[in-house]
Amino acid sequence: MNPNAYIILSAILLCIGLFGFMVRRNALIAFMSVELMLNAANLAMVTFSHVHGGLDGQIAAFFVMVVAAAEVVVGLAIIITIFRTRQSASVDDENLLKH
Amino acid sequence: MTLLETLTPVAATGSLSIAWLLIAIPLAVAGILLVVGRAGDAWGHLLGAAAPVAAFVIALVEFVELLGAPPAERAVSVPVYTWAETADRTIEISLLVDPLSILFALLVTGVGSLIFIYSIGYMVEDPKRRRFFAFLNIFLGAMLTLVLADNYIMLFIGWEGVGLASYLLIGFWQERTSAALAAKKAFLTNKVGDLGLLCASFAMFALFGSVSFADVNAAAPDMSHGWATALGLLLLLAACGKSAQVPLQVWLLDAMEGPTPVSALIHAATMVTAGVYLVVRSQAIFTLSDEAALAVAVVGLCSIFAGAWIGCAKDDIKKVLAGSTMSQIGYMMLAAGLGPAGVAFAIFHLLTHGMFKANMFLGAGAVMHGMGDDTDMRHFGALAKGMPWVFGTFAMGYLAIIGCPFFAGYYSKDHIINAAFGRGPVFGWLAIVGAAITAFYMTRLMMMTFFGPSRHLPGVHPHRPGPVMVIPLVILAIGSIIGGLVLNGWIQGWLSDAIGAEVEPVHIFETSAIAWITLLAVACGIVLGVLIYRRPIAQETPVSRNFFVNAGRNELYANAFNEAVFMRPGQRLCDGLELTDRYVVDGAVNGGVTLAKGASGLLRLLQNGYVRTYGALMTCGAVIVGAVMILGRLA
Amino acid sequence: MIPLLTAQAVAFWVFAVLAVAAALGLVLSRKPVHSALCLAAVMVCLACLYASLDAPFLFVAQIIVYTGAVMMLFVFTMMIIGVDSVDAMVETIKGQRIAATIGAAALLVLLVLAVGHGIITEPAGLDEAVGQAGNVRSLAYLVFGRYVFAFEATAALLITAALAAMVLSHGERLRKKERQKARAARRTREYAEQGVDPAPLPNPGVYARHNSADHPALLPDGSVAEGSVVPTLAARGVVVVDRGRLVAPNIVADETIRAVKDEQHGLLPGENELRDPGPAAAIAAAADSEAASGPAEAGENEEDER
Repeated sequence: MNPNAYIILSAILLCIGLFGFMVRRNALIAFMSVELMLNAANLAMVTFSHVHGGLDGQIAAFFVMVVAAAEVVVGLAIIITIFRTRQSASVDDENLLKH
Repeated sequence: MTLLETLTPVAATGSLSIAWLLIAIPLAVAGILLVVGRAGDAWGHLLGAAAPVAAFVIALVEFVELLGAPPAERAVSVPVYTWAETADRTIEISLLVDPLSILFALLVTGVGSLIFIYSIGYMVEDPKRRRFFAFLNIFLGAMLTLVLADNYIMLFIGWEGVGLASYLLIGFWQERTSAALAAKKAFLTNKVGDLGLLCASFAMFALFGSVSFADVNAAAPDMSHGWATALGLLLLLAACGKSAQVPLQVWLLDAMEGPTPVSALIHAATMVTAGVYLVVRSQAIFTLSDEAALAVAVVGLCSIFAGAWIGCAKDDIKKVLAGSTMSQIGYMMLAAGLGPAGVAFAIFHLLTHGMFKANMFLGAGAVMHGMGDDTDMRHFGALAKGMPWVFGTFAMGYLAIIGCPFFAGYYSKDHIINAAFGRGPVFGWLAIVGAAITAFYMTRLMMMTFFGPSRHLPGVHPHRPGPVMVIPLVILAIGSIIGGLVLNGWIQGWLSDAIGAEVEPVHIFETSAIAWITLLAVACGIVLGVLIYRRPIAQETPVSRNFFVNAGRNELYANAFNEAVFMRPGQRLCDGLELTDRYVVDGAVNGGVTLAKGASGLLRLLQNGYVRTYGALMTCGAVIVGAVMILGRLA
Repeated sequence: MIPLLTAQAVAFWVFAVLAVAAALGLVLSRKPVHSALCLAAVMVCLACLYASLDAPFLFVAQIIVYTGAVMMLFVFTMMIIGVDSVDAMVETIKGQRIAATIGAAALLVLLVLAVGHGIITEPAGLDEAVGQAGNVRSLAYLVFGRYVFAFEATAALLITAALAAMVLSHGERLRKKERQKARAARRTREYAEQGVDPAPLPNPGVYARHNSADHPALLPDGSVAEGSVVPTLAARGVVVVDRGRLVAPNIVADETIRAVKDEQHGLLPGENELRDPGPAAAIAAAADSEAASGPAEAGENEEDER
């Protein structure tokens, strides 16, 4: 089967994630969209691993998973902290750093 | 043939290899005294006074070693380290111990030790005594760096160090505006001279590729006459600044604002001698250019009369002595400008002058100390009885400076006058007239201070100085008496052994016509002084219409001249520059700022604080970059 | 040549469609919980795609790490910050939605263009790379061999992240914790000053058929104890406020008990009317009148129950 299909699926998922990040205001959903983008990238890497016949792509995907896990932990902790102080999970409320 | 420079330095051995300690000890002590703070108040002065004594002992040991060495090996190089090294030029930090520098080291440390010890007593009531000693040690270390340097760059470091230390010490009582201003004046005037030395060093570096004395002396004969004159005049400018010669003499009289031991140190041992040292050290250049040498001699002569003139008119005892210093340094410059014949005598006079001038300055300090820090001679009188020791030692210095036979100044000054006749009768006769004026104003000083009726201000009761101040005075007085006798004849040999030149025989008492005429002139000066100042002297300075008197009292209008010629136009230039700065430069800068501010105010609106907008912008950027890359590959 | 339909192709098409649909659901659903579920679905689909790409280890890791751990964290966080807060879908930033659509579409076009431009031949397959050792073992050789430093670095990163999460989510106590004595004093004071009931709040009414916390308790006089339900539930509007429904079981129970009693004591039929009306009848009467006054509320409650 042509691996291009996997890559294009990966691109589609990436763009959906990107769209979600740009459109959704809920911090959690925005964060999930980022996760979706990371997963799309993982898919691409696993596909390339399959195409090139080496395991390095899978290793990279594995590392992305680990890093994403760390990122989720810290990111969610930040969201909770912000929610505690501002009683809101909207990314638009976190706009003090403007102008 | 030139003097002093044909000796090729040999490597140091024995005690000579520790010559760096001469510089290191005073500087280390200065550092300690400044770092320990108040904790050192109790013992700082003792440590501070011990440093020059230690340095003196080292210098003495090295002097004895040089004395024992064969004449050809009396120039010793003590490498310390390589400062800067490039492909074809190297600047070494190394010391040169040779007959000339060791004499200076002895004078600086010897007279310096006595002044330091005297300062223990003189500054006893000053709360900043420890800092004073720290500055004195910086002064000493810098001066030793200057005389022991074996190249012009290191000499320049010492030269600047001396300038810094003099600034710190002249302005030591900085709470007095006059002292602060005097320190600034000395510093700025010195800078004019420093410019000369710097330019000379640059020129040497460009011409010879090296600034060490040995290389410059070796390569000097090859340079063009024009360069030699230029270098000579630049060095003369430097010497004028440091040695307070016309036209850069203005700082010397104001420098009296410092504590008296500082004045003694500046005038006798360290600072003003540096210019003479530089001219003597650079004889190789001056022998190549008659014009430069002539300029040195003329500057010397001018200074003789300028100093004497001021000395005759001033009523302030320290300023009279300052005038006399200017005048005596003038003699040394005159001698140094006379070529090989005079150089040794310049050094000779410098050494004897170091002793008797230190003696007189410290004596004047003792008088001031006893009179409640008053320096006006019109308020003195009859102190011969009040302070017998001070009077006795001061009298020895007086006899030495006027050239009384068998005293120190007699020998050195007579030699210079003799040598001046060798150059031309005008020089000789003017030198004799200078000697007569010297006798006159020094007699005036003696008469007004120590003789006649008491004119003390009410409430002033002269008290005698303590032994810590008297003992240095006595030692210096002995030096003023026998210094000439001891050095006469020997010093010429010592300084010219290197070239194996014939040393003319010198006598204990000259019987030539010139010597007799000199003596006669000096006697005339004394008699005139005694006759005039036997009469009653007013407590207040009388108003005078005499141009000469007023000029002398106003230091020959040098300050007014400087103000009119340099200060006012400088101020106007500054005003103009300030306006330019405010309206042109600031306008440009502020305009740029306004522009950037407006532009960034517009750009700022992009930063709306919404993460999602940033995400959208990033996406746009990524798309653009990706499009460029892909289209670039496709194209 | 007739394309051969392989197992891989089947898996791909099934899971690709599912993944895209779930991803769209993630982005478009209003409730975060639905989004989380959709994300979990995407991840499971991706795990299956990994399996179809000869990556069994990643298949397992994806399910364990993502759907297991990461999604769990998301759901926990969601519970902390309000599980059913509904996003207003009105866009507040002008042009953001259009820009996002254009940007995402442009990037997609670009990526597809790039993929289409890169000519990919038949995949090499992983048989050679894996060899006899098997996927997991080969990965282990790589992780603990060539990539060991990166691996150790990620270990440090994880520990740091855990610490950071603890530090960040550790709430600083602003005032001292209220102990029993202080609480008693406060309650008494509030009772004295504002008349607040010092006793603990009543429990919600619990009924066998429902076991629900959204049913308030009834006071002895038959009125509803407002304090017995959690304010959050009350604010959400899911609390039963129809008194008739609340008291109905009581009435039924009361009547049953009465009937049993009558049976045991052998009360004659018709004697019942001669007695005073009992408390249950009074309650029932009150409930009737209330039900008549608030039909709208009752309707809403019924809807809720459904």
